[in-house]
Amino acid sequence: MACDSWTEKLDAYFDGELPPEEARTVHEHLRGCPGCAAEGVVRLQQKRAVQSAAQRYMPDPAFRARIEKTIAARRPSIWSRSWIPVFAATAALLIVAIGVLSLNRSRNAERQSEFQSERELVSELVDQHVATLASTSPVDVVSTDRHTVKPWFAGKIPFTFNLPELQDSPFTLAGGRLSYLNQSPGAELLFRVRQHQISVFIFQERGLPAAQADKSAPTALSFEVRSWRHNGLRYFVIGDASPKDLDTLSELLRSAG
Amino acid sequence: MPLFERLYNFAHWLTQDRQEAEDVVQETYAKALKGFRSFQQGTNFRAWMYQILRNTFLTSRTGLKPSLPLESEGDCEIIATVSDTPESILLQRSDRELVQQALGRLPVLYREVLLLCEFEEMSYQEISAALAVPMGTVMSRLSRARRALRDAVQELRGEAKKVI
Repeated sequence: MACDSWTEKLDAYFDGELPPEEARTVHEHLRGCPGCAAEGVVRLQQKRAVQSAAQRYMPDPAFRARIEKTIAARRPSIWSRSWIPVFAATAALLIVAIGVLSLNRSRNAERQSEFQSERELVSELVDQHVATLASTSPVDVVSTDRHTVKPWFAGKIPFTFNLPELQDSPFTLAGGRLSYLNQSPGAELLFRVRQHQISVFIFQERGLPAAQADKSAPTALSFEVRSWRHNGLRYFVIGDASPKDLDTLSELLRSAG
Repeated sequence: MPLFERLYNFAHWLTQDRQEAEDVVQETYAKALKGFRSFQQGTNFRAWMYQILRNTFLTSRTGLKPSLPLESEGDCEIIATVSDTPESILLQRSDRELVQQALGRLPVLYREVLLLCEFEEMSYQEISAALAVPMGTVMSRLSRARRALRDAVQELRGEAKKVI
């Protein structure tokens, strides 16, 4: 059963409306409370489902043309005395709209990252990797091939990703689970190589600290870390396997696109 | 044109009718142009446009002042018909139509706040400005709207099972 006092904050948490300190507290609680985490997944799923479903109606091209004509017609004849204020209002409306829209960041973009640096971000993900290793249920979807895992994430996260073919490699895909970073959902994929386990985290790039593009992150604790950005996504590969294994897995993931 | 597709999509969700949506959007742009002098530079332009659209919709439906909502908050309480279990919803991509139907079934008061938050990704403050209600009302209305949507989806699933 989800904790009542915490679930009250879940909506504001996923809407990005909590102050950073309170958001961190909720985030910590979600990591340790299966009931609230499950409720969080449901709420996030519903949020994503509405986002997807709501883009439904497109205006007719003829209607668009009518509106454009109407706006243009509001610019009266140059001979009219009142053309200056009306034209100015029309132009100003469009200029302000363009300017404000370009500055008018959505709530998600405005949300300050709870991580000030790449190092803090990597540290958080290393913690999540350790928590995964220690868990009795390290994955939410068990699989040995990419054709099960990738579809499972559809509808749960606001992006898609490709997985490599592992047949001729020493790696196996154990499965995946949902992960959260900066109140946004992402994917955690668990790979195994020899006696080691490697977590691959994938998140949307926005809201995260600027990446040190395509550069291996410094080793955190006793884990090797690799990270890069591609197509608006950030990838983090974390594990205690050999540097060569992490490089090989990273290369396979990059090649998958 | 700024926000044109978004405003149209929102208007269509409110009106549930293409012709009416076109009329509302047309009127919205006309009012925005006419009333542009009243727009305070530095304030939220998007919220201002949505406020105009919403008021236009309300006026066209009720013929009354836009400050009078179509339904009161109390009328919008939906009693849950199924047990409240997180496992009862598994929304996958194939359920897009189901969610669209469920959204369509919601009272306008709930539908609009969900769309502004989830789809337009407005902050609570922006929504408060667009709907001209306090932020506390935005939060409580969102909470009830999400509950109502969940119940509507479950109800539709139940109806689909009966048909099968």
